[in-house]
Amino acid sequence: MIFPIARTALIALRRDRGAFVLSFVLPIAFFSIFAVIFGGQHDSTPKIKVILVDEDQSEASRQLIKGLQSESSLVILTRPAAKSKTAPAPADYTAATAEAAVKAGDAPVALVVPPGFGRNPIAFGPDEDQSSIQLLNDASDTIAPQMVTGLLQKAAMTAMPAVMAEQGMNYADKYVGGFTPQQRTLMASSLASLRKVQADSTSTHSGSANGGIIAVHSRAVVGENKRNPTVSFYAAAIGVMFLLFTASGSAGALLDEAESGTLERVLSTRVTMTKLLAGKLVFNTLLAFVQLVAMFLWGWAVFKLDFFNHLPGFVVMGICTAFAVAAFGMLLASLCRTRAQLGALSTLVILIMSSVGGSMFPRFLMPEAMQKAGLLTINAWAIDGFTKVFWRDLPVKDLWPQVCVLLAIGAVLFTVARRVARRWEYA
Amino acid sequence: MQADLTTNPNLTTPPPPLQVESLVKRFGQTTAVKGVSLAVRGGECLGLLGPNGAGKSTLIRSIVGRVIPDAGRVAVFGSPASSTAARMALGWVPQELAIYPRISCRENLGSFGRYYGLSGGKLAEAIAWCLQWAALEDRSADLAGNLSGGMKRRLNMAAGMLHRPKIVLFDEPTVGVDPQSRNRIFEMIESLRTAGTAIIYTTHYMEEAERLCDRIAIIDHGCIIASGTRDELIQSAFGTRTQVQARFAGAPEAISAWTARHRGRLADATAEFTIEHSSDIAALLDDASKAGLELVDVSLRRPNLESVFLHLTGRELRD
Repeated sequence: MIFPIARTALIALRRDRGAFVLSFVLPIAFFSIFAVIFGGQHDSTPKIKVILVDEDQSEASRQLIKGLQSESSLVILTRPAAKSKTAPAPADYTAATAEAAVKAGDAPVALVVPPGFGRNPIAFGPDEDQSSIQLLNDASDTIAPQMVTGLLQKAAMTAMPAVMAEQGMNYADKYVGGFTPQQRTLMASSLASLRKVQADSTSTHSGSANGGIIAVHSRAVVGENKRNPTVSFYAAAIGVMFLLFTASGSAGALLDEAESGTLERVLSTRVTMTKLLAGKLVFNTLLAFVQLVAMFLWGWAVFKLDFFNHLPGFVVMGICTAFAVAAFGMLLASLCRTRAQLGALSTLVILIMSSVGGSMFPRFLMPEAMQKAGLLTINAWAIDGFTKVFWRDLPVKDLWPQVCVLLAIGAVLFTVARRVARRWEYA
Repeated sequence: MQADLTTNPNLTTPPPPLQVESLVKRFGQTTAVKGVSLAVRGGECLGLLGPNGAGKSTLIRSIVGRVIPDAGRVAVFGSPASSTAARMALGWVPQELAIYPRISCRENLGSFGRYYGLSGGKLAEAIAWCLQWAALEDRSADLAGNLSGGMKRRLNMAAGMLHRPKIVLFDEPTVGVDPQSRNRIFEMIESLRTAGTAIIYTTHYMEEAERLCDRIAIIDHGCIIASGTRDELIQSAFGTRTQVQARFAGAPEAISAWTARHRGRLADATAEFTIEHSSDIAALLDDASKAGLELVDVSLRRPNLESVFLHLTGRELRD
C-alpha cells in the first residue's frame, strides 16, 4: 500500500507542472543567487566608498591618502560626482559636506584628516600632541568603518615609511639620550633617500595592519541616536517581501473569478475590464498599505521604532510601495491560467526579487553587479526609500527618486496586466 | 423545415426585445454557431433545446456581448449587444454558479446591483425583490458558499435580475438541482414570463422545454434545425403518426432485420417506428411473429420533443 500511495503522489506532482518545475528551479535559482553574492567575491569584492577630506595638506597626509587610494577594496572620493559630463567639476569635500554626504547615504564612511596631523602623524602609544583622524560613519553599515580603520593603519605602516622612520628616530633621540650632529646628518640623508624611493614608487607593500599608530576618532553621523537601528531596515525589507506575496495572492482572486464564471458575469454588467482591474488595484493597494501600517506600528510598539516622527515619509513611501506591489500582483495573476501556476510563479519571482533586492541580505554587502541588478526590483527601491525616511531622517522631498520609480513600476506593470487581461475580455 | 425565427422588419413597429440575424461564431477550426437567426417577443419564453456542445451557450454568450461573433448581428431593442443600453436590458444567468461564495446572499446581490449602477434606495429595493423572488429572504445573511445546491442556483438566478431586465437569458439553470428545487426554479421563471419579461431558456431537458417554453428552437451542431411550438414541431416531424415501441426476444440479427424492413430504429433490443393508424400495429406484430420473433412488450405513444430531435438528427437528445 505504501508504494501505490507514493506512486499516486508522483503522478500528481508530474501533472502539476508548476509545482514540478518549482521543486527543481527554485533551489537552483537560490543557490545561484547566493553563490554570486557570497561565493563570487574573489573577483568582484564589494568595494567600500570612502570620502576623504585632507584639511592638513601636509606631506604625511598626502602620503596617507595616496596609500589609501592604492587599496583595491576602497573607492576614494575626494569630491562629489559631477552632475553631467559637461558640468564643471564640483568643489572638494569639506568636513561639513562629507558629513552631509554620509548622512545622505552617498558613502558609508568619511575620513577627515585634521589640520596639524602632519606634525605628529603617528604615535606608538598615547600621545597628547597627536591629531586624530575623524572617521564619520553610517551606523547601519557595521563592517565598513572597521575595514577602513584597519586599512588606515595598514596605509600608515606601508605608505608612510619615511614618516615612520623619522618618528622612530625622534623617539630614539628623545628617550635614548640624543644623537650626535653627525648621526643627525646621516639620518636626514637616509630619510631624504627614503622619501625619494617612496615618491618614485607606485606600488604599496603588503603588511599586516598593526592598528593603533594613527589615532582615529570614530563618530556615527547616521543612526547614532537610534535605539534599535536595524528595526526600520527589517520592517521595510521583510515587509515588502510579504507584501509581494499577499498582493499576488489577493490578485489571484481574479483567477478564481475567471474559473467560476463570475468574472465573465461581472463583465456582462456595466463593469468594463479596465474598471474591474482598477478596482482590484485600488483594493490591493489599500490592503498592502494597511499591512505596512500594521507592521510598522508593531515595530513601534515592540521594538521602539520611531514611527510617529516619520509619519509623512512613511505615508508617501507606504502608498508608493503598496501601489507598485499591488500592480505587480495584478500582472502575475493576469499572466497565469490557474491558482497553482500563480503560486509557483509568484514564489519563484518574489523570492528572487527579495534576495537580489535586499529583503534577505543588505544590498550594500553585495558585489557591485548584484547591487545594480537589485535596482530592477521593487524591494530595493522600497527599502532605499524607507531607509531614507527612518534611518537617514531625510525630508519627504528627498524621496523623489524612489517615489518616481515605484510609481512608474506600478503604472507600467498595471498597463501590461491590463493588456494581458484582454484574453478574459471577449471570446 | 424553416429554421429562421426572425421577425420581418417593420418601420411602424418598435424593434423586438431581441433579434439575432445570421450569427456565426468560430473557435479555430470549429464553427460553434452557424448562421443562427431568431427573435423573441415580450412575455415570450423561447426554449433553445439541444444536446451538450450544440452551440447553445455560445449563442447566449454572443447575445450578452461576451462573445464577439464572426458574422451576423445581435440587436437588443435595436441596440448592439455590447452597448450599455443592451447590457441594462439584458439579464444573464450563466450555467456556472457565478456568485461570490465567501460573502452573504445579500452582499452578493448588493455587489451585482452596484455593477449594474444601482445604489441607495433603488438597490435596497432590488435586493429585497430578488430575495423574495428567489425565496432566500430567511437565508439572506448566510454565506453563499454554505447554501444548498438549489439555493445557490436560485441566488445565481437572482444575481442576474437586480436591474429588472426586460430580457433574461437562462443558460441551463437547473443543472445539478433536485426535483423540488427545480420546481421552485420553474415557478420563478413562470412569474417572470407572466410579468411580461422576454425569456430565452436553454436546456437539454425536454420536459423543461415543454413546461416552460412558448416556442422551442431545436439546435444541433450550431444550427437551428427546427422551431415552433411543441405541437408544431411534432406535427411537422410526425404529422398524425403514432410512435410504437416493441421489445422482442429472439436472435439479434432477426430483430435487426425485421426493424430495418419496417424502417424502424433499434435501441437496446427495442424497435421504434411510427404508424399512421393504431390498427396498423396488428399487421406489424403478425409480421414479427412470422419472422420468428417473440414479442415481450409493446407500447404506443404520441411523439414528443425527444422524438422530434431523434427524428431530425438520428441521435438522442442527451447523447
